[in-house]
Amino acid sequence: MPGISDTTQRSATISVLVDNEAGVLARVIGLFSGRGYNIDSLTVAPVDDAGRRSRINIVTSGTSMVIEQIKAQLDRLVPVHRVADLTMDGPHVARELALVKVICTAEQRVEALQIGTSFRARVVDTTLGSFVFELTGATEKIDAFIELMRNLGLAEVSRSGIAALARGTRVI
Amino acid sequence: MAAELTQSGAEILLRALKDQGVEVIFGYPGGAVLPIYDALFQQNSIRHILVRHEQAAVHAAEGYARSTGRTGCVLVTSGPGATNAVTGLVDALMDSIPIVCLTGQVPTHLIGNDAFQEADTTGITRPATKHNYLVKRPEDLARVVHEAFYVASHGRPGPVVIDLPKDIVINKAPYTEPTVQHPSYRPRTEPDADQIAKAVALLRGAKRPVIYAGGGVINAGPEASALLTEFARTTGFPITNTLMGLGSYPASDPQFLGMLGMHGTYEANLVMHGCDVMLAIGARFDDRITGRLDAFSQGSQKIHIDIDGSSINKNVAVDIPIVADAGKALAALLAGWKASDAPVDKPALAAWWRQIDVWREKKSLKFTQDMKRGGIIKPQYAIQRLYEITRARKQEVFITTEVGQHQMWAAQHFNFEKPNRWMTSGGLGTMGYGLPAAMGVQLAHPDALVIDIAGEASIQMNIQEMGTLAQYRLPVKIFILNNQYMGMVRQWQELLHGSRYSETYSNALPDFVKLAESYHATGMRAQSVDELDAVIHAMLDCPTAVIADIAVDQAENCFPMIPSGAAHNEMLLGPEHEASGAGITDAGLALV
Repeated sequence: MPGISDTTQRSATISVLVDNEAGVLARVIGLFSGRGYNIDSLTVAPVDDAGRRSRINIVTSGTSMVIEQIKAQLDRLVPVHRVADLTMDGPHVARELALVKVICTAEQRVEALQIGTSFRARVVDTTLGSFVFELTGATEKIDAFIELMRNLGLAEVSRSGIAALARGTRVI
Repeated sequence: MAAELTQSGAEILLRALKDQGVEVIFGYPGGAVLPIYDALFQQNSIRHILVRHEQAAVHAAEGYARSTGRTGCVLVTSGPGATNAVTGLVDALMDSIPIVCLTGQVPTHLIGNDAFQEADTTGITRPATKHNYLVKRPEDLARVVHEAFYVASHGRPGPVVIDLPKDIVINKAPYTEPTVQHPSYRPRTEPDADQIAKAVALLRGAKRPVIYAGGGVINAGPEASALLTEFARTTGFPITNTLMGLGSYPASDPQFLGMLGMHGTYEANLVMHGCDVMLAIGARFDDRITGRLDAFSQGSQKIHIDIDGSSINKNVAVDIPIVADAGKALAALLAGWKASDAPVDKPALAAWWRQIDVWREKKSLKFTQDMKRGGIIKPQYAIQRLYEITRARKQEVFITTEVGQHQMWAAQHFNFEKPNRWMTSGGLGTMGYGLPAAMGVQLAHPDALVIDIAGEASIQMNIQEMGTLAQYRLPVKIFILNNQYMGMVRQWQELLHGSRYSETYSNALPDFVKLAESYHATGMRAQSVDELDAVIHAMLDCPTAVIADIAVDQAENCFPMIPSGAAHNEMLLGPEHEASGAGITDAGLALV
């Protein structure tokens, strides 16, 4: 485990369980902007039956000291129940969904479809001149797919940001 | 089936405040809070103090809170009422002062319509408060009030805003009793036993220890200050206080090194620089304390006790972090120390004290007062005399300050023996804090002597509160060190900007004596050193509020000073000293 004085940058996936109340997302985002922290990705949705709790997943980066500070700052927000650093606490799975629109013709269409198949992307919309691929996976996989589509008529991307859970029996 | 609702939201609000122990509200009426003012009019248990500006209402509540340990309460209207309060809220946030601020809001159906006196108060105050609420349903009102008081006063204290749409306070609402536990906010107060054991072991082995205690000790209650004193005396360790921590340890005690930091004493800063074990309690290593971070106390192992986990490892990496209430942690440390039979290095500690005595010999706060008739008053001397004369009178004294040189001189030369007697704007550095804060202190302590040590520039920032003093017959004494400059800025201009005094001359000053008189107070003036004592005595004898305008040396600078970006051993000493501390090397410091 890196020490607090380690100055190398690392990426952290942080999950935060919050009361699903007005302003809670603004509070979290305001904390990041007000203190100059990065947000690489952020997702939020209610996660219990009654809709009282939401889970916010944040991917951020910084030195160990900054990431510890981010967690401490999140933890002291009044509507926050739990803060978990999935990156540090053990193995975790993180997935995101992307919709990728490709506008292309002729042999580029065949190529795009073949790559889509190898990435297990689904075609959720098609016209004679375009596809919309849907794929889920780790951020790196989606980055790789988008990179490949750049030469095949990549037109537009919509990504969800990550959803993440610890592996095994651990819960936050 | 719920019982029939008989009380309006405003009445429920006041009932909740009363159940929270509120006796005084500082406020200013307006359209959106008319129903609350109407309910206030029809009851007698809560006293309302009408301020002259909403910023002052918050500072007054801060003074009230800091001098009593209770939560201060504020009531302002929507729009400009709320925005005027923001400076006070941030001030309370930075200095960890428990405040509940009620803000009026336009009716719920008008929110977002740019209605008259509408402002997005929860949006504006989100980064200005510890937490805030917009009450949208009558059934939430009482619960939110109880929660707000819980949040403001538990954990690291701070300001909480409750935004109250007008229809919510008009319509009938149910009452709920105060909550005992918050669903999500449960700050840790008990220290981890293993960490305490590690801390005790480190402290017992220390050769050059220091205790560095801040405002968190005062916030933890007078028992925490008593425990701090007991711990320091038991260990024999030197102790220094932050600006916010003054009074948590008796200034007259021989183990006390004075304040540390930018304008701290030579000995306090060199002890911080040269120590091998640092025990930080309820202090947050801010830039005014640390100076240049990469040169800050590099040779020490650090224990940091704070109730706010985010204060630990924020600026300075520490070796033993302990998230806990300062009082509980001190009790555990004391018990651990007494139970331990690990050896204490007494010869090393004695050598450390000999070194400290050498540093003390510098007498870094010394100044020379020309005692001849007509001699110009040194600001330090004015404060020293104020201290000596008030102490001789054996009256309970509370000091507030504005912000600037006078504040630092007050911190250096007015000695505090007890907590909750010193109210100053530390984190935010808010000029205009002292007068309204003094109002709040005087209301909480009607028979005490409450003095606002002020500068002629700062005092003008909330001078309108003279009216509040008159209305409520609050005999606050305003002691202005008048050097006709925004002195601290002028000092930086002299030291760092080639003496180009850009816009820092206090031009067109009012006649403070006449100003006092026009506000039904008493004005007096000291022009030279031979007049000073008589004016201080007259001020203290006066039954009304007083402005004492003390003409002081315009050229005097506040020393010692660690220039920003410099290290603790690069302190500038005043003209009284031949050599400045800048020549001291780390190697030299390590030799105890």
